[in-house]
Amino acid sequence: MTRKMTRYSLKSQATGWLLLMPAAVFLIAFTYYPTIATLAKSFFSQGTALRPSQFVGLENYASLLDDEVFWKVARNNIIYAGITIPISIALALLMAIWVNGRLPLRSLTRISYFTPTILPMIAVANIWLFFYTPEIGLLDQTLRGAGFNGHNWLGDPNTVLGCIIVVTIWKESGFFMIFYLAALQSLPPELEEAAKLEGASRWTYFRRVMFPLLMPTTLFVMINAVINSFKLVDHLFILTKGGPDNSSSLLLYYIYEVAFSFLDQAYASTLTVILLGALAAIAIAQFVFIDKKVHYQ
Amino acid sequence: MRSNFKPKLLKLAIAGAFSLGLASSALAVDLTMYYPVAVGGPLTKIVDGMVSEFEKQNPDIHVKAIYAGNYNDARIKSLAALKSGKPAQTAVMFSIDIYELIEQGAIVAFDDVVETVEEKAWLKSFYPALMENGKTQGKTWGIPFQRSTIVMYYNKDAFRKAGLDPEKPPATWDELVSMGQKLTQKTGGKVDQWGAMIPSTGYPYWMFGALSMQNDQTLMNGDGNKTNFDAPATVAALQFWKDLGSKHKIMPSGTIEWGTLRQNFLAGKTAIMWHSTGNLTVVKKKAKFDFGVAMLPANKRRGTPTGGGNFYIFKKSTPEERKASMKLIRFLTDPERTAEWSMKTGYLATSAGAYGTAKLKQYVKDFPPAAVARDQLKFATAELSTYQTGRIRKLLDDAIQSVLTGAKSPAEALTGAQKKAERLLKRYR
Repeated sequence: MTRKMTRYSLKSQATGWLLLMPAAVFLIAFTYYPTIATLAKSFFSQGTALRPSQFVGLENYASLLDDEVFWKVARNNIIYAGITIPISIALALLMAIWVNGRLPLRSLTRISYFTPTILPMIAVANIWLFFYTPEIGLLDQTLRGAGFNGHNWLGDPNTVLGCIIVVTIWKESGFFMIFYLAALQSLPPELEEAAKLEGASRWTYFRRVMFPLLMPTTLFVMINAVINSFKLVDHLFILTKGGPDNSSSLLLYYIYEVAFSFLDQAYASTLTVILLGALAAIAIAQFVFIDKKVHYQ
Repeated sequence: MRSNFKPKLLKLAIAGAFSLGLASSALAVDLTMYYPVAVGGPLTKIVDGMVSEFEKQNPDIHVKAIYAGNYNDARIKSLAALKSGKPAQTAVMFSIDIYELIEQGAIVAFDDVVETVEEKAWLKSFYPALMENGKTQGKTWGIPFQRSTIVMYYNKDAFRKAGLDPEKPPATWDELVSMGQKLTQKTGGKVDQWGAMIPSTGYPYWMFGALSMQNDQTLMNGDGNKTNFDAPATVAALQFWKDLGSKHKIMPSGTIEWGTLRQNFLAGKTAIMWHSTGNLTVVKKKAKFDFGVAMLPANKRRGTPTGGGNFYIFKKSTPEERKASMKLIRFLTDPERTAEWSMKTGYLATSAGAYGTAKLKQYVKDFPPAAVARDQLKFATAELSTYQTGRIRKLLDDAIQSVLTGAKSPAEALTGAQKKAERLLKRYR
């Protein structure tokens, strides 16, 4: 009897593992192995034919502390995330509520809000490059038409990061809107009717009923927004290449530069470990702290 | 008898076919070549055309020419191919990648591949200025292929309107400033047309190489292990660049975008632009005004860096493959083909022999701007290229941009860059 049980459970275990295998193989090959390899690489020096790679302990991390560009880029990334995330989420929610209502040409409005999302980021950047271009750009021509002086938007360290942020918000909020729109349509209409009968104002209904019910979506969108704010750097290649003087460079762009322009895989790995650590910390914090406030139906 | 004869004949025929097959497979060489495209236009088609012509003339060599993206991509792909075990034998890559490739142990010197007197003579047939970026440690590692310099494009109509002689573009820094001031047109406080624009994104170090050379100062030594960023003449050159915007006000302040500068020039927003010769064909097609092309102005002397891509041969190749690669490179850089390449792309023809061909002679006669880059070659110098070249270039780029945007003074920015460059390059001496 017991023997039969073990055999049975062994068999079922094997089936379980076999079922897991396809996903596990891909996860290990493309997620876990690269992560561990990156971590390992960050403790070695960059090898060349003349100077083979050797173990250097924490030396790469020490030079990271000394690296002015890293600090500047990290600071840029925090500002970039700090502004793009709340604004694009707020805009997305606003647009979703707006296009969820009874509008003339509703689907046209929805499509126009969603269009930036389907455009590739490189195409978006090329469009905006001609908005921002001094003298002949749309922005400068409009300003001039209104009697103001033009401005070198991407050439001025004080405005360049702001310009990048605007492009990102423009691109992102339409995407997040779709999630909010889907969530809004799953809200039972009785709730709104009940609130109306109770004499609740629209703001109270939003604050007390709608927004809490949207929390699962907000959490999902927020995690995506955070990841994107570290992941989305395509537009930098077209718009600024991180310049002038790194004023618009972000962490991932800097990693790309170190890895493929400086050919320093070791230091790029070190930077990647920092980026991974930061993202993991944020994700955990979001799940631990915000998850408690999320009401799942 | 008869019945015996047939099988023998068959055997003989089979043996013959076998040995023939063996012989031809022993002779046939497969080559893989990576090449980048850095400017617009149907360049891949032109390269493919030349390669298939080569294969027709050399049936025993098969060439797989692979378009590999921009210069950066081409280098990454070639190096990755070396590691993957399916390496390319030859590639066109950025001329300034030389030290990186040597340090990676990826390439062989052409001196070690050439054998005959004729081949050795071929090695010397290119313009010396174009060889500078391909030579170090007393050897030649790169053969010039798609090469360019910076030239000055100017709007002749704007010159006429400002009362300037359209056939006399500025030849000195002082003239650039004085003419630039006349060319800068304002209504009220707003500038409608700038005097000049020098791009400062994308490749600021390249433009700066011209300014510092005009101040009689190179940016690095020939061994690629020392930079001259804090030399007084370098600092003065950067001060001049900054002054064009902030003091003389003939150029917008802040950085000027490399990618959209051509549109600015074509829209008449600037009377003068400095840009790569690679833009010549496009400007020629699109300009709705009378334009001219001139050498860059001089301060202590004239000067421009060269730019563009060289042929390299990879170390991971058999002697036969190297020989075949040499054949291919010699074919593609031969005067007739170089002349054709230059006419179709706007790149420099890399040898005096190419400019001596009948077709290029005629082309230059009909379109004199095509000769400016060639004539400027005698004042040209190597493009910034050192060990750790990506990092060093970035240090200089950042320094230039921090000065142009007013964050730092030229001396402060360049001394800082030099100090960091020293730290990186010390171990290569």
